[in-house]
Amino acid sequence: MASFQTRLLGAVVALMLAASCPALSQQLELKLMAPAAPGGGWDQTARAMQQALVAAGIARSVQVTNVAGAGGSVGIAQFVNGAKGDGNQMMVNGFVMVGALAMNRSPVTLDQVTPIARLTEETQVIVVPANSPIKTAQDLASALKADIAKVTFAGGSAGGVDHVMAALFARTIGADAKKVNYIPFSGGGESLAAILGAKVTAGISGLSEYEGQIKSGKLRALGVTSEKRMAGVDIPTFREQGIDMVLANWRSVVAPPGITAEQRKTLSDAVERMVKSDAWKDILKQKGWDDAYLGGDAFADFLKKENARVTDVLKSVGLVKS
Amino acid sequence: MDSFAALAHGMAIAVQPMNLLYALIGVFLGTAVGVLPGIGPALTVALLLPVTYKLDPGGSLIMFAGIYYGGMYGGSTTAILINTPGESASMATALEGNKMAKAGRGGPALATSAIGSFVAGTIATLGLAFLAPWLVDVAVRFGPEDYFALMCLAFVTVSATFGDSPVRGLTSLFIGLTLGLIGIDKLTGQARLAFGIPELLDGVEVTTLAVGLFAVGEALYVASRRHHAEEKLEPVRGSLWMTKEDWKRSWKPWLRGTLFGFPIGALPAGGAEIPTFLSYSTEKRLAKHPEEFGKGAIEGVAGPEAANNASAAGTLVPLLTLGLPTSATAAMMLAGFQQYGLNPGPLLFAERPDLVWGLIASLFIANAMLLILNLPLVGLWVKLLAIPQPWLYAGILVFATMGTLAAKPSVVELSMLAGFGVMGFLMRRFDFPIAPVVIGLILGPIAESQLRRALAISLGDPMTLLQSSISAALLGVALIALLAPFVLKGLGRFKANED
Repeated sequence: MASFQTRLLGAVVALMLAASCPALSQQLELKLMAPAAPGGGWDQTARAMQQALVAAGIARSVQVTNVAGAGGSVGIAQFVNGAKGDGNQMMVNGFVMVGALAMNRSPVTLDQVTPIARLTEETQVIVVPANSPIKTAQDLASALKADIAKVTFAGGSAGGVDHVMAALFARTIGADAKKVNYIPFSGGGESLAAILGAKVTAGISGLSEYEGQIKSGKLRALGVTSEKRMAGVDIPTFREQGIDMVLANWRSVVAPPGITAEQRKTLSDAVERMVKSDAWKDILKQKGWDDAYLGGDAFADFLKKENARVTDVLKSVGLVKS
Repeated sequence: MDSFAALAHGMAIAVQPMNLLYALIGVFLGTAVGVLPGIGPALTVALLLPVTYKLDPGGSLIMFAGIYYGGMYGGSTTAILINTPGESASMATALEGNKMAKAGRGGPALATSAIGSFVAGTIATLGLAFLAPWLVDVAVRFGPEDYFALMCLAFVTVSATFGDSPVRGLTSLFIGLTLGLIGIDKLTGQARLAFGIPELLDGVEVTTLAVGLFAVGEALYVASRRHHAEEKLEPVRGSLWMTKEDWKRSWKPWLRGTLFGFPIGALPAGGAEIPTFLSYSTEKRLAKHPEEFGKGAIEGVAGPEAANNASAAGTLVPLLTLGLPTSATAAMMLAGFQQYGLNPGPLLFAERPDLVWGLIASLFIANAMLLILNLPLVGLWVKLLAIPQPWLYAGILVFATMGTLAAKPSVVELSMLAGFGVMGFLMRRFDFPIAPVVIGLILGPIAESQLRRALAISLGDPMTLLQSSISAALLGVALIALLAPFVLKGLGRFKANED
């Protein structure tokens, strides 16, 4: 009898193996760090991954931890030191972390983590109040060229994606990025109020955040930062208007330093399968995020390039001392 | 649709049994997390978001609103009973409320805060239903210079919390202002006074400071005094409920508190703390017995509590009409809307009136539920005070530590809590008022960044502060509030000489 049971067990195991990866990776028990407080973009990304990984049967359990502080500087420091060599941990990060690490002179950098994949991105937009005399991106460019200090931009925290974009805009049109008059606000709400109240010339934010205001005609969108015109969005790109500025607020996931090639492959495969799952696609649709999956070495390359570009822009506005 | 008809329609949606159940769960959860320091309604909503994904939008938004209102209620309970404000907005309540509790008047203090919250919440929700579109136009016109002027007014009124000695009060305030400088400067992104500790880059958490100074400091102080003369705590002296006199002294502060809380809460950068301080100082000035302030004046509980709850309804004005989240909880509720593909904003009222009015109507219901839930609990809560002091304070220390760690699990945070506790003990020992420290930490950074924003927009021209009519008017009121006591004193002396 015993041998029958063993054989039965063997057969079951073989069957499970034959059913291949899903069963195997059922063993995955992941810990996912969101280096921000609950509720923000990174936290939502982490929790969306948790939902999709479990729903698609890729991981048995996913535990999300929040380590808030300084644009992710606190989280990444803890991640790099505490999770070293652990093939079951990952951390969500994104564009903002690149600038935050540079500005905070963080001893830990993104070079130390093991890149896994870029997941999503969000297109950025420049808006003006509906009654503003500025109608197009070129109008804004001429205003900047006429007197750069008088053009005030409202957006998110200093050194974040909105700030980098304001500097990049000035630089692209040939104005002095150092003189950009950028007014940082905490959170989208406060800056939106300043724009609606016409306290500032223009506002910068993620497109989805201002979409309602644009549709209702309270704000005029001057341009979006996507490469090509987006489906279902009636706003010209900056490129179309002769301003070569392409930028996206991307979010990605990374693994700790010191993991083996095998561990890296397991995590990369899990993320790749998650991205293809229906559960993930549903979440993207519902949150309005654009799929921007980029895996493997291509992502590592992208991360390096973004790092160089953002640091360069922040140096040019004097936020990072060289 | 006419607002009245719309509201009636919303009421019909809100009283559906399932929605009533959601509201009940919401207010219950909200009260629970409001009682715990550190775990606020924002965190609760954040953690519930993924769970409610499968529920219907109306029901879960009603639940979130219940949590929001409930949190505002719960925060005041611990503030009054054990001098541990659950949220920074209930700090002003702790000032007089805890003194009342120690004098055996915990029952009336809790009752006036519960009824005041109900009154304020109801009036403010009515305001939300009928004034929202108009109010939001005014709110958006508030620029950085106007906020700075509002902060100036708030700073002037802070002196009401100074106690007897202005020098000691100012010392406390400046300690708070200095603490407010710690962290990344919002406008340039550079770190200040962080000494290379990454956990300090985000600045000092208000709840950590408040819990450290109030709760831990108090526990240490009581422990140190034990062998001198034991402070006798009487759980109940006189009536457990509000007397006729209490009612008479409470109803005006409730209404005045609402008048502060609702409009300031509706301002995109107004918040809940400023109206509570403004209300506290107003009540102190208007009180018939100002000498009772600092010893347990019921006006000082009724006003700030009403202001606190009215501001919660005020916050929903920009959220529903513009999609502007103006507090952490509102931001989470916005995320809640978005998870159902709804974008709060100018179009929401037109596109989903059932949802918006159902939500507003359920706010009334949540408010009534909170009153029914909280009043019977008053008797139970007050019994807490009968616990022997060593046990009670040990419990408070555990409670304070747990709450802080739950909000931010880090060694640095815990060390800060302990450090602030010792500071609170020393300040009590040497008779420095505590509230101004926390007020400095809250107001300082706002005043600074708004002033710098205003100056950046005006290209460095300080006249911008007077060119805006709102700002000029607020600065004028601040100036009058600052000079009036001196002038009145001078006039009084002048008259005395004439006689």
